[in-house]
Amino acid sequence: MYRYSLSRLVRHALSDRPWPRAWRQAKPRSHYDVLIIGGGGHGLATAYYLAANHGVQRVAVVERAHIGAGNVGRNTTLVRSNYMMKGNTEFFEFSLQLWEGLSRELNFNVMLSQRGQIVLAHAPAQMDALARRGNIMRLNGIDAELLERAQVRRLLPYLDYSSAARFPVLGGLLQGRAGTVRHDAVAWGYARAADSLGVDIIEGCEVTGFVQDQSGVRGVETNRGRIRADRVAIAVAGHSSQVAALAGLRLPIESHLLQAFVTEPIKPFVNHVISFGAELFYISQSDKGGLVFGGHIDGFNNYTQRGQLPQVRRVAECAVALIPGISRLKLLRHWAGIQDMTPDGGPFICRTPIRHLYLNGGWCYQGFKATPAVGWCLAATIAHDEEHPLVRCYALDRFARGAASLDEYGHGHRPYRH
Amino acid sequence: MLVIPCPLCGERPYTEFHYGGDASKRRPALGGAELRAWHDYLFLFDNPKGPHREYWQHHQGCRQWLLVVRNTATNEVGEVILARHAGTGAGAGPGAR
Ligand SMILES: Cc1cc2nc3c(=O)[nH]c(=O)nc-3n(C[C@H](O)[C@H](O)[C@H](O)COP(=O)(O)OP(=O)(O)OC[C@H]3O[C@@H](n4cnc5c(N)ncnc54)[C@H](O)[C@@H]3O)c2cc1C
Ligand SMILES: [Zn+2]
Repeated sequence: MYRYSLSRLVRHALSDRPWPRAWRQAKPRSHYDVLIIGGGGHGLATAYYLAANHGVQRVAVVERAHIGAGNVGRNTTLVRSNYMMKGNTEFFEFSLQLWEGLSRELNFNVMLSQRGQIVLAHAPAQMDALARRGNIMRLNGIDAELLERAQVRRLLPYLDYSSAARFPVLGGLLQGRAGTVRHDAVAWGYARAADSLGVDIIEGCEVTGFVQDQSGVRGVETNRGRIRADRVAIAVAGHSSQVAALAGLRLPIESHLLQAFVTEPIKPFVNHVISFGAELFYISQSDKGGLVFGGHIDGFNNYTQRGQLPQVRRVAECAVALIPGISRLKLLRHWAGIQDMTPDGGPFICRTPIRHLYLNGGWCYQGFKATPAVGWCLAATIAHDEEHPLVRCYALDRFARGAASLDEYGHGHRPYRH
Repeated sequence: MLVIPCPLCGERPYTEFHYGGDASKRRPALGGAELRAWHDYLFLFDNPKGPHREYWQHHQGCRQWLLVVRNTATNEVGEVILARHAGTGAGAGPGAR
Protein backbone atom coordinates (compact mmCIF):
# COMPACT_ATOMS: atom_id res chain seq x y z
CA MET A 1 0.00 0.00 0.00
CA TYR A 2 1.16 3.51 -0.82
CA ARG A 3 1.02 4.77 2.76
CA TYR A 4 -0.28 8.21 3.57
CA SER A 5 1.91 10.27 5.91
CA LEU A 6 2.93 13.81 6.64
CA SER A 7 6.13 13.52 4.62
CA ARG A 8 4.21 12.12 1.63
CA LEU A 9 1.75 14.96 1.91
CA VAL A 10 4.55 17.53 1.86
CA ARG A 11 6.28 15.83 -1.06
CA HIS A 12 3.09 15.77 -3.11
CA ALA A 13 2.33 19.35 -2.25
CA LEU A 14 5.74 20.41 -3.60
CA SER A 15 5.61 18.41 -6.83
CA ASP A 16 2.99 17.82 -9.54
CA ARG A 17 3.26 14.08 -9.13
CA PRO A 18 -0.34 12.83 -8.90
CA TRP A 19 -1.45 10.63 -6.03
CA PRO A 20 -1.79 7.00 -7.11
CA ARG A 21 -5.26 5.45 -7.36
CA ALA A 22 -6.48 4.35 -3.95
CA TRP A 23 -7.61 0.94 -5.25
CA ARG A 24 -7.25 -1.09 -8.43
CA GLN A 25 -10.04 -1.32 -10.95
CA ALA A 26 -10.41 -5.08 -10.66
CA LYS A 27 -11.97 -7.34 -13.27
CA PRO A 28 -13.98 -10.33 -12.07
CA ARG A 29 -12.03 -13.58 -11.87
CA SER A 30 -13.85 -16.85 -12.43
CA HIS A 31 -13.69 -18.06 -8.84
CA TYR A 32 -13.39 -16.63 -5.31
CA ASP A 33 -13.26 -18.03 -1.81
CA VAL A 34 -15.73 -15.38 -0.66
CA LEU A 35 -17.83 -13.01 -2.74
CA ILE A 36 -19.63 -10.08 -1.14
CA ILE A 37 -22.58 -8.48 -2.88
CA GLY A 38 -22.69 -4.72 -2.27
CA GLY A 39 -19.78 -2.28 -2.07
CA GLY A 40 -21.13 -0.07 0.69
CA GLY A 41 -19.42 0.42 4.02
CA HIS A 42 -20.59 -2.98 5.25
CA GLY A 43 -19.43 -4.99 2.24
CA LEU A 44 -16.05 -3.27 2.10
CA ALA A 45 -15.42 -3.59 5.83
CA THR A 46 -16.32 -7.29 5.67
CA ALA A 47 -13.89 -7.85 2.82
CA TYR A 48 -11.16 -6.02 4.71
CA TYR A 49 -11.57 -8.06 7.91
CA LEU A 50 -11.86 -11.33 5.95
CA ALA A 51 -8.40 -10.62 4.58
CA ALA A 52 -6.90 -8.89 7.63
CA ASN A 53 -8.31 -11.02 10.47
CA HIS A 54 -8.85 -14.38 8.81
CA GLY A 55 -6.28 -14.46 6.02
CA VAL A 56 -8.87 -15.34 3.38
CA GLN A 57 -6.98 -15.07 0.10
CA ARG A 58 -9.44 -14.62 -2.72
CA VAL A 59 -12.17 -12.15 -1.80
CA ALA A 60 -14.33 -10.07 -4.14
CA VAL A 61 -16.75 -7.22 -3.53
CA VAL A 62 -19.18 -6.70 -6.39
CA GLU A 63 -20.95 -3.35 -6.55
CA ARG A 64 -23.54 -2.54 -9.17
CA ALA A 65 -22.82 1.21 -9.16
CA HIS A 66 -19.64 2.76 -7.76
CA ILE A 67 -18.16 2.68 -4.26
CA GLY A 68 -19.98 5.19 -2.07
CA ALA A 69 -23.11 5.43 -4.24
CA GLY A 70 -25.33 3.84 -1.64
CA ASN A 71 -26.26 4.70 1.91
CA VAL A 72 -22.65 4.83 3.05
CA GLY A 73 -22.51 8.13 1.15
CA ARG A 74 -26.02 9.26 2.06
CA ASN A 75 -26.21 8.97 5.81
CA THR A 76 -25.96 11.66 8.45
CA THR A 77 -22.69 10.22 9.82
CA LEU A 78 -23.68 9.79 13.47
CA VAL A 79 -21.90 7.21 15.58
CA ARG A 80 -22.87 6.35 19.15
CA SER A 81 -23.43 3.37 21.45
CA ASN A 82 -26.31 4.47 23.67
CA TYR A 83 -28.37 1.33 23.24
CA MET A 84 -30.09 -0.45 26.11
CA MET A 85 -31.45 -3.73 24.78
CA LYS A 86 -29.17 -6.66 25.48
CA GLY A 87 -27.31 -7.52 22.31
CA ASN A 88 -27.48 -4.03 20.88
CA THR A 89 -25.61 -2.55 23.85
CA GLU A 90 -22.55 -4.75 23.45
CA PHE A 91 -22.54 -4.75 19.66
CA PHE A 92 -22.71 -1.00 19.17
CA GLU A 93 -20.14 -0.36 21.88
CA PHE A 94 -17.77 -2.78 20.15
CA SER A 95 -18.35 -0.81 16.97
CA LEU A 96 -17.58 2.50 18.67
CA GLN A 97 -14.35 1.04 20.03
CA LEU A 98 -13.37 -0.01 16.51
CA TRP A 99 -14.14 3.52 15.27
CA GLU A 100 -11.76 4.88 17.89
CA GLY A 101 -8.82 3.06 16.30
CA LEU A 102 -9.95 3.04 12.69
CA SER A 103 -7.95 5.89 11.13
CA ARG A 104 -4.74 4.25 12.34
CA GLU A 105 -5.87 0.77 11.32
CA LEU A 106 -6.72 1.86 7.78
CA ASN A 107 -4.01 4.53 7.39
CA PHE A 108 -6.84 6.77 6.26
CA ASN A 109 -8.25 9.67 8.26
CA VAL A 110 -11.94 8.91 8.76
CA MET A 111 -12.22 12.10 10.81
CA LEU A 112 -13.91 10.62 13.85
CA SER A 113 -15.14 13.60 15.86
CA GLN A 114 -16.22 12.57 19.37
CA ARG A 115 -18.12 15.75 20.04
CA GLY A 116 -20.71 14.07 22.24
CA GLN A 117 -24.38 13.33 21.64
CA ILE A 118 -27.14 14.69 23.86
CA VAL A 119 -30.57 13.07 23.82
CA LEU A 120 -33.11 15.50 25.25
CA ALA A 121 -35.97 14.87 27.65
CA HIS A 122 -39.09 17.02 27.60
CA ALA A 123 -41.19 15.22 30.20
CA PRO A 124 -40.45 13.66 33.60
CA ALA A 125 -41.14 10.16 32.30
CA GLN A 126 -38.61 10.77 29.58
CA MET A 127 -36.01 11.74 32.19
CA ASP A 128 -36.69 8.45 33.95
CA ALA A 129 -36.30 6.57 30.68
CA LEU A 130 -33.01 8.32 29.97
CA ALA A 131 -31.76 7.59 33.48
CA ARG A 132 -32.55 3.93 32.93
CA ARG A 133 -30.81 3.90 29.55
CA GLY A 134 -27.78 5.68 31.02
CA ASN A 135 -27.61 3.22 33.92
CA ILE A 136 -27.69 0.25 31.57
CA MET A 137 -24.93 1.82 29.51
CA ARG A 138 -22.76 2.45 32.56
CA LEU A 139 -23.31 -1.08 33.85
CA ASN A 140 -21.88 -2.18 30.51
CA GLY A 141 -18.87 0.07 30.87
CA ILE A 142 -20.14 2.66 28.39
CA ASP A 143 -19.88 6.37 29.16
CA ALA A 144 -23.16 8.09 29.91
CA GLU A 145 -24.03 11.17 31.92
CA LEU A 146 -27.49 12.31 32.93
CA LEU A 147 -27.77 16.09 32.58
CA GLU A 148 -30.17 18.39 34.36
CA ARG A 149 -31.80 21.30 32.60
CA ALA A 150 -29.16 23.77 33.80
CA GLN A 151 -26.35 21.55 32.53
CA VAL A 152 -28.01 21.18 29.14
CA ARG A 153 -28.46 24.92 29.04
CA ARG A 154 -24.75 25.48 29.60
CA LEU A 155 -23.86 23.13 26.73
CA LEU A 156 -26.69 24.05 24.35
CA PRO A 157 -27.56 27.67 25.16
CA TYR A 158 -29.39 28.15 21.86
CA LEU A 159 -32.33 25.80 22.57
CA ASP A 160 -35.70 27.24 23.49
CA TYR A 161 -35.71 27.68 27.29
CA SER A 162 -38.51 30.22 27.29
CA SER A 163 -41.78 29.62 29.07
CA ALA A 164 -43.39 29.53 25.64
CA ALA A 165 -41.39 26.47 24.57
CA ARG A 166 -43.83 23.86 23.31
CA PHE A 167 -41.46 21.13 24.48
CA PRO A 168 -39.61 22.41 27.58
CA VAL A 169 -36.14 20.96 28.03
CA LEU A 170 -35.97 19.05 31.33
CA GLY A 171 -32.59 17.45 30.84
CA GLY A 172 -30.74 15.02 28.69
CA LEU A 173 -28.43 12.05 28.40
CA LEU A 174 -24.91 12.76 27.20
CA GLN A 175 -22.64 10.20 25.61
CA GLY A 176 -19.36 12.05 25.32
CA ARG A 177 -17.69 9.48 23.06
CA ALA A 178 -20.47 9.67 20.46
CA GLY A 179 -20.08 11.94 17.47
CA THR A 180 -19.62 11.91 13.72
CA VAL A 181 -17.35 10.29 11.13
CA ARG A 182 -16.67 11.40 7.58
CA HIS A 183 -18.76 8.81 5.74
CA ASP A 184 -17.03 8.89 2.32
CA ALA A 185 -13.69 8.34 4.00
CA VAL A 186 -15.05 5.16 5.55
CA ALA A 187 -15.93 3.71 2.15
CA TRP A 188 -12.67 4.83 0.56
CA GLY A 189 -10.54 3.85 3.55
CA TYR A 190 -11.89 0.31 3.75
CA ALA A 191 -11.77 -0.06 -0.06
CA ARG A 192 -8.14 1.02 -0.17
CA ALA A 193 -7.09 -1.15 2.76
CA ALA A 194 -8.96 -4.19 1.45
CA ASP A 195 -7.49 -3.71 -2.02
CA SER A 196 -4.00 -3.59 -0.58
CA LEU A 197 -4.61 -7.02 0.96
CA GLY A 198 -5.59 -8.41 -2.44
CA VAL A 199 -9.38 -7.99 -2.36
CA ASP A 200 -10.92 -7.42 -5.81
CA ILE A 201 -13.32 -4.49 -5.78
CA ILE A 202 -15.47 -4.80 -8.87
CA GLU A 203 -17.59 -1.76 -9.61
CA GLY A 204 -20.35 -1.65 -12.23
CA CYS A 205 -21.19 -5.29 -11.56
CA GLU A 206 -24.79 -6.11 -10.64
CA VAL A 207 -25.80 -9.46 -9.21
CA THR A 208 -28.81 -10.77 -11.14
CA GLY A 209 -29.04 -14.33 -9.84
CA PHE A 210 -27.42 -17.10 -7.83
CA VAL A 211 -25.69 -20.27 -8.92
CA GLN A 212 -27.09 -23.00 -6.68
CA ASP A 213 -26.99 -26.76 -6.41
CA GLN A 214 -27.96 -29.31 -3.72
CA SER A 215 -25.08 -28.21 -1.54
CA GLY A 216 -26.18 -24.57 -1.56
CA VAL A 217 -24.97 -21.42 -3.21
CA ARG A 218 -21.96 -21.81 -5.52
CA GLY A 219 -21.69 -18.36 -7.01
CA VAL A 220 -23.59 -15.51 -8.63
CA GLU A 221 -24.78 -14.43 -12.04
CA THR A 222 -23.96 -10.83 -12.90
CA ASN A 223 -24.25 -8.44 -15.81
CA ARG A 224 -20.56 -9.24 -16.34
CA GLY A 225 -21.00 -12.98 -16.36
CA ARG A 226 -21.01 -15.84 -13.89
CA ILE A 227 -18.66 -15.64 -10.91
CA ARG A 228 -18.17 -18.77 -8.82
CA ALA A 229 -17.58 -18.49 -5.10
CA ASP A 230 -17.43 -20.92 -2.19
CA ARG A 231 -19.28 -18.48 0.07
CA VAL A 232 -21.48 -15.52 -0.78
CA ALA A 233 -22.66 -12.71 1.49
CA ILE A 234 -25.47 -10.23 0.84
CA ALA A 235 -24.71 -6.68 2.05
CA VAL A 236 -26.92 -4.50 -0.13
CA ALA A 237 -28.60 -2.17 2.42
CA GLY A 238 -32.12 -1.23 1.17
CA HIS A 239 -32.23 -4.01 -1.42
CA SER A 240 -31.84 -7.08 0.78
CA SER A 241 -35.30 -8.42 -0.12
CA GLN A 242 -34.60 -7.98 -3.83
CA VAL A 243 -31.31 -9.84 -3.77
CA ALA A 244 -32.46 -12.53 -1.32
CA ALA A 245 -35.47 -13.18 -3.56
CA LEU A 246 -33.03 -14.15 -6.33
CA ALA A 247 -32.03 -17.03 -4.07
CA GLY A 248 -35.64 -17.85 -3.23
CA LEU A 249 -35.62 -16.31 0.27
CA ARG A 250 -38.40 -14.16 1.72
CA LEU A 251 -37.20 -11.84 4.51
CA PRO A 252 -38.71 -10.01 7.50
CA ILE A 253 -37.87 -6.71 5.78
CA GLU A 254 -39.63 -3.82 4.07
CA SER A 255 -37.70 -1.16 2.12
CA HIS A 256 -38.33 2.42 3.18
CA LEU A 257 -37.10 5.84 2.26
CA LEU A 258 -35.19 8.08 4.67
CA GLN A 259 -34.35 11.69 3.88
CA ALA A 260 -31.48 13.84 5.09
CA PHE A 261 -30.95 17.57 4.94
CA VAL A 262 -28.16 20.12 5.02
CA THR A 263 -28.43 23.89 5.39
CA GLU A 264 -26.22 26.61 3.99
CA PRO A 265 -22.94 26.78 5.93
CA ILE A 266 -22.66 28.98 9.01
CA LYS A 267 -19.95 29.59 11.61
CA PRO A 268 -19.45 26.95 14.32
CA PHE A 269 -22.68 26.88 16.30
CA VAL A 270 -23.94 23.38 17.05
CA ASN A 271 -20.97 21.73 18.75
CA HIS A 272 -22.65 18.42 19.63
CA VAL A 273 -25.00 15.94 18.10
CA ILE A 274 -28.45 16.67 19.48
CA SER A 275 -31.45 14.36 19.45
CA PHE A 276 -34.84 15.92 20.02
CA GLY A 277 -36.95 14.07 22.56
CA ALA A 278 -40.33 15.13 21.23
CA GLU A 279 -39.92 13.63 17.76
CA LEU A 280 -37.41 11.53 15.90
CA PHE A 281 -35.10 14.37 14.89
CA TYR A 282 -31.37 14.85 15.22
CA ILE A 283 -28.95 17.54 14.19
CA SER A 284 -25.22 18.21 14.01
CA GLN A 285 -22.94 20.63 12.19
CA SER A 286 -20.57 19.46 9.48
CA ASP A 287 -16.97 20.59 9.22
CA LYS A 288 -18.02 22.71 6.25
CA GLY A 289 -20.52 24.52 8.49
CA GLY A 290 -23.81 23.16 7.21
CA LEU A 291 -26.33 21.93 9.75
CA VAL A 292 -27.01 18.29 8.93
CA PHE A 293 -30.25 16.78 10.14
CA GLY A 294 -32.79 14.07 9.62
CA GLY A 295 -36.04 12.66 10.97
CA HIS A 296 -38.44 9.80 10.33
CA ILE A 297 -38.72 7.62 7.25
CA ASP A 298 -41.40 8.78 4.81
CA GLY A 299 -43.66 6.10 6.23
CA PHE A 300 -44.64 3.82 3.33
CA ASN A 301 -42.36 1.29 1.70
CA ASN A 302 -40.79 2.43 -1.55
CA TYR A 303 -37.64 2.36 -3.64
CA THR A 304 -37.91 5.76 -5.33
CA GLN A 305 -34.99 7.42 -3.52
CA ARG A 306 -36.94 10.66 -3.88
CA GLY A 307 -38.39 12.05 -0.65
CA GLN A 308 -41.86 13.47 -0.12
CA LEU A 309 -42.19 17.22 0.48
CA PRO A 310 -44.51 17.04 3.51
CA GLN A 311 -41.70 15.19 5.26
CA VAL A 312 -39.31 18.06 4.46
CA ARG A 313 -41.71 20.40 6.18
CA ARG A 314 -42.15 18.13 9.17
CA VAL A 315 -38.43 17.83 9.70
CA ALA A 316 -37.94 21.58 9.25
CA GLU A 317 -40.63 22.16 11.88
CA CYS A 318 -38.71 19.94 14.28
CA ALA A 319 -35.53 21.89 13.58
CA VAL A 320 -37.18 25.20 14.40
CA ALA A 321 -39.05 23.85 17.41
CA LEU A 322 -35.73 22.69 18.82
CA ILE A 323 -33.54 25.64 17.78
CA PRO A 324 -35.71 28.69 17.00
CA GLY A 325 -32.62 30.69 16.00
CA ILE A 326 -32.11 28.75 12.79
CA SER A 327 -35.51 29.52 11.28
CA ARG A 328 -34.02 31.85 8.65
CA LEU A 329 -31.40 29.39 7.42
CA LYS A 330 -31.86 28.06 3.91
CA LEU A 331 -31.87 24.37 3.15
CA LEU A 332 -29.08 23.73 0.70
CA ARG A 333 -29.82 20.13 -0.24
CA HIS A 334 -31.96 17.20 0.71
CA TRP A 335 -31.61 13.66 -0.49
CA ALA A 336 -32.82 10.18 0.33
CA GLY A 337 -31.65 6.63 0.72
CA ILE A 338 -33.51 3.33 0.73
CA GLN A 339 -33.11 1.34 3.89
CA ASP A 340 -34.37 -2.01 5.12
CA MET A 341 -36.87 -1.78 7.97
CA THR A 342 -37.52 -4.81 10.20
CA PRO A 343 -40.27 -5.96 12.58
CA ASP A 344 -38.19 -5.17 15.69
CA GLY A 345 -35.90 -2.44 14.41
CA GLY A 346 -32.92 -4.78 14.67
CA PRO A 347 -30.64 -6.03 11.90
CA PHE A 348 -29.64 -9.46 10.59
CA ILE A 349 -26.05 -10.70 10.55
CA CYS A 350 -26.27 -14.43 10.06
CA ARG A 351 -26.20 -17.58 8.05
CA THR A 352 -29.36 -18.20 6.00
CA PRO A 353 -31.39 -21.36 5.38
CA ILE A 354 -29.33 -21.72 2.16
CA ARG A 355 -25.85 -23.19 2.71
CA HIS A 356 -22.90 -20.90 1.98
CA LEU A 357 -25.17 -17.85 1.78
CA TYR A 358 -24.84 -15.19 4.49
CA LEU A 359 -26.97 -12.14 5.14
CA ASN A 360 -26.22 -8.71 6.50
CA GLY A 361 -29.29 -6.49 6.26
CA GLY A 362 -32.25 -4.97 8.04
CA TRP A 363 -30.22 -2.00 9.23
CA CYS A 364 -33.07 0.48 9.63
CA TYR A 365 -31.67 3.88 10.66
CA GLN A 366 -28.54 2.64 12.29
CA GLY A 367 -26.17 0.90 9.92
CA PHE A 368 -23.48 3.51 9.51
CA LYS A 369 -22.34 3.52 13.13
CA ALA A 370 -22.31 -0.26 12.93
CA THR A 371 -20.00 -0.44 9.92
CA PRO A 372 -16.75 -1.58 11.59
CA ALA A 373 -18.51 -4.10 13.83
CA VAL A 374 -20.59 -5.43 10.92
CA GLY A 375 -17.40 -6.00 8.95
CA TRP A 376 -15.63 -7.60 11.89
CA CYS A 377 -18.50 -9.91 12.89
CA LEU A 378 -19.74 -10.80 9.41
CA ALA A 379 -16.20 -11.68 8.37
CA ALA A 380 -15.91 -13.98 11.40
CA THR A 381 -19.34 -15.48 10.69
CA ILE A 382 -18.34 -16.28 7.11
CA ALA A 383 -14.85 -17.51 7.99
CA HIS A 384 -16.09 -19.91 10.70
CA ASP A 385 -19.50 -20.64 9.14
CA GLU A 386 -20.97 -19.81 12.53
CA GLU A 387 -22.30 -16.55 13.97
CA HIS A 388 -19.81 -14.41 15.88
CA PRO A 389 -20.93 -14.28 19.56
CA LEU A 390 -21.76 -10.55 19.30
CA VAL A 391 -24.30 -11.12 16.51
CA ARG A 392 -26.13 -14.22 17.76
CA CYS A 393 -29.01 -11.92 18.69
CA TYR A 394 -29.28 -10.82 15.03
CA ALA A 395 -30.39 -14.18 13.63
CA LEU A 396 -32.96 -14.44 10.87
CA ASP A 397 -35.13 -16.91 12.78
CA ARG A 398 -35.45 -14.85 15.97
CA PHE A 399 -39.15 -14.09 15.37
CA ALA A 400 -39.96 -17.75 14.80
CA ARG A 401 -38.13 -18.65 18.02
CA GLY A 402 -39.81 -15.90 20.00
CA ALA A 403 -36.35 -14.52 20.70
CA ALA A 404 -36.75 -11.06 19.21
CA SER A 405 -36.05 -8.59 21.99
CA LEU A 406 -34.20 -5.77 20.27
CA ASP A 407 -37.08 -3.29 20.03
CA GLU A 408 -35.44 -0.29 21.77
CA TYR A 409 -38.60 1.82 21.82
CA GLY A 410 -41.38 -0.76 21.92
CA HIS A 411 -42.84 0.13 18.53
CA GLY A 412 -44.22 -3.33 17.80
CA HIS A 413 -43.95 -5.54 14.76
CA ARG A 414 -44.75 -3.18 11.87
CA PRO A 415 -41.51 -2.27 10.08
CA TYR A 416 -42.74 1.21 9.18
CA ARG A 417 -43.31 2.03 12.86
CA HIS A 418 -39.65 1.79 13.79
CA MET B 1 -46.15 14.43 -3.77
CA LEU B 2 -47.98 11.15 -3.47
CA VAL B 3 -51.66 11.76 -4.18
CA ILE B 4 -54.27 9.09 -3.53
CA PRO B 5 -57.58 9.20 -5.39
CA CYS B 6 -60.08 8.26 -2.70
CA PRO B 7 -63.18 6.70 -4.32
CA LEU B 8 -65.35 8.81 -1.97
CA CYS B 9 -63.41 12.08 -1.58
CA GLY B 10 -61.38 12.44 -4.77
CA GLU B 11 -57.66 13.13 -5.09
CA ARG B 12 -56.11 13.89 -1.70
CA PRO B 13 -52.49 14.26 -0.49
CA TYR B 14 -51.12 11.16 1.21
CA THR B 15 -50.72 13.09 4.47
CA GLU B 16 -54.50 12.80 4.98
CA PHE B 17 -54.12 9.03 5.09
CA HIS B 18 -52.76 6.54 7.56
CA TYR B 19 -50.62 3.83 6.00
CA GLY B 20 -51.74 0.29 6.78
CA GLY B 21 -49.14 -1.85 5.07
CA ASP B 22 -49.10 -4.83 2.73
CA ALA B 23 -52.62 -5.90 1.75
CA SER B 24 -51.62 -9.03 -0.11
CA LYS B 25 -51.20 -10.94 3.13
CA ARG B 26 -53.95 -13.28 4.28
CA ARG B 27 -54.46 -13.75 7.98
CA PRO B 28 -54.47 -17.48 8.82
CA ALA B 29 -57.72 -18.93 10.09
CA LEU B 30 -58.09 -18.56 13.85
CA GLY B 31 -57.22 -21.67 15.79
CA GLY B 32 -56.24 -24.04 13.04
CA ALA B 33 -53.09 -22.67 11.53
CA GLU B 34 -49.56 -23.76 12.32
CA LEU B 35 -47.32 -21.33 14.18
CA ARG B 36 -45.19 -21.10 11.03
CA ALA B 37 -48.14 -19.69 9.06
CA TRP B 38 -48.68 -17.01 11.71
CA HIS B 39 -44.97 -16.17 11.69
CA ASP B 40 -44.98 -15.74 7.92
CA TYR B 41 -48.16 -13.66 8.04
CA LEU B 42 -46.81 -11.30 10.67
CA PHE B 43 -43.13 -11.06 9.91
CA LEU B 44 -42.34 -11.85 6.26
CA PHE B 45 -42.81 -9.45 3.35
CA ASP B 46 -42.64 -9.80 -0.42
CA ASN B 47 -41.42 -6.18 -0.40
CA PRO B 48 -41.70 -5.90 -4.20
CA LYS B 49 -39.98 -3.24 -6.31
CA GLY B 50 -43.03 -2.65 -8.47
CA PRO B 51 -46.81 -2.96 -7.98
CA HIS B 52 -47.75 -3.32 -4.30
CA ARG B 53 -51.24 -3.89 -2.88
CA GLU B 54 -51.56 -1.93 0.33
CA TYR B 55 -54.00 -0.44 2.83
CA TRP B 56 -54.46 3.24 3.52
CA GLN B 57 -57.08 4.72 5.82
CA HIS B 58 -58.46 8.11 4.86
CA HIS B 59 -58.54 9.24 8.48
CA GLN B 60 -58.79 12.95 7.68
CA GLY B 61 -61.58 12.36 5.16
CA CYS B 62 -64.20 9.66 4.90
CA ARG B 63 -62.27 7.42 7.37
CA GLN B 64 -62.62 4.45 5.05
CA TRP B 65 -59.91 1.83 4.64
CA LEU B 66 -58.82 1.75 1.03
CA LEU B 67 -57.01 -0.87 -0.99
CA VAL B 68 -54.46 0.88 -3.17
CA VAL B 69 -52.17 -0.52 -5.84
CA ARG B 70 -48.99 1.58 -5.90
CA ASN B 71 -45.78 1.03 -7.78
CA THR B 72 -43.03 1.15 -5.15
CA ALA B 73 -40.41 1.97 -7.78
CA THR B 74 -42.19 5.13 -8.97
CA ASN B 75 -44.98 5.82 -6.43
CA GLU B 76 -47.45 5.75 -9.32
CA VAL B 77 -50.91 4.91 -7.96
CA GLY B 78 -53.09 2.49 -9.90
CA GLU B 79 -56.40 1.06 -8.82
CA VAL B 80 -57.99 2.29 -5.57
CA ILE B 81 -61.07 0.66 -4.11
CA LEU B 82 -62.75 0.50 -0.72
CA ALA B 83 -61.08 -2.27 1.22
CA ARG B 84 -64.39 -3.74 2.27
CA HIS B 85 -65.19 -4.32 -1.40
CA ALA B 86 -62.02 -6.34 -1.78
CA GLY B 87 -63.36 -9.34 0.07
CA THR B 88 -61.19 -8.61 3.08
CA GLY B 89 -64.15 -8.51 5.42
CA ALA B 90 -65.30 -5.56 7.49
CA GLY B 91 -62.73 -4.36 9.99
CA ALA B 92 -59.99 -6.56 8.59
CA GLY B 93 -57.67 -3.68 7.80
CA PRO B 94 -54.45 -3.59 9.77
CA GLY B 95 -54.80 -1.21 12.64
CA ALA B 96 -58.46 -2.14 13.08
CA ARG B 97 -59.02 -2.54 16.80
C1 LIG C 1 -30.64 9.48 4.87
C2 LIG C 1 -29.98 8.44 5.73
C3 LIG C 1 -29.36 8.81 6.92
C4 LIG C 1 -28.73 7.86 7.73
N1 LIG C 1 -28.09 8.29 8.85
C5 LIG C 1 -27.43 7.38 9.62
C6 LIG C 1 -26.70 7.81 10.77
O1 LIG C 1 -26.62 9.01 11.08
N2 LIG C 1 -26.08 6.87 11.53
C7 LIG C 1 -26.13 5.55 11.22
O2 LIG C 1 -25.57 4.74 11.95
N3 LIG C 1 -26.79 5.11 10.11
C8 LIG C 1 -27.43 6.00 9.30
N4 LIG C 1 -28.10 5.56 8.18
C9 LIG C 1 -28.08 4.13 7.83
C10 LIG C 1 -26.80 3.72 7.11
O3 LIG C 1 -26.47 4.67 6.12
C11 LIG C 1 -26.97 2.35 6.46
O4 LIG C 1 -27.54 1.44 7.38
C12 LIG C 1 -25.64 1.75 6.00
O5 LIG C 1 -24.90 2.67 5.23
C13 LIG C 1 -25.92 0.51 5.17
O6 LIG C 1 -24.76 -0.23 4.88
P1 LIG C 1 -23.85 0.05 3.61
O7 LIG C 1 -22.96 1.20 3.89
O8 LIG C 1 -23.16 -1.20 3.27
O9 LIG C 1 -24.95 0.42 2.48
P2 LIG C 1 -24.78 0.97 1.01
O10 LIG C 1 -23.73 2.00 0.91
O11 LIG C 1 -26.14 1.33 0.53
O12 LIG C 1 -24.23 -0.32 0.23
C14 LIG C 1 -25.04 -1.29 -0.39
C15 LIG C 1 -24.60 -1.40 -1.82
O13 LIG C 1 -25.18 -2.54 -2.44
C16 LIG C 1 -25.30 -2.25 -3.81
N5 LIG C 1 -26.21 -3.20 -4.44
C17 LIG C 1 -27.56 -3.28 -4.28
N6 LIG C 1 -28.05 -4.28 -5.05
C18 LIG C 1 -26.99 -4.83 -5.69
C19 LIG C 1 -26.87 -5.91 -6.62
N7 LIG C 1 -27.93 -6.61 -7.04
N8 LIG C 1 -25.62 -6.22 -7.08
C20 LIG C 1 -24.54 -5.51 -6.67
N9 LIG C 1 -24.60 -4.49 -5.79
C21 LIG C 1 -25.82 -4.16 -5.31
C22 LIG C 1 -25.79 -0.81 -3.83
O14 LIG C 1 -25.52 -0.18 -5.07
C23 LIG C 1 -25.01 -0.20 -2.67
O15 LIG C 1 -23.85 0.50 -3.08
C24 LIG C 1 -28.74 6.49 7.35
C25 LIG C 1 -29.38 6.11 6.16
C26 LIG C 1 -29.98 7.06 5.34
C27 LIG C 1 -30.63 6.63 4.05
ZN1 LIG D 1 -61.98 9.50 1.57
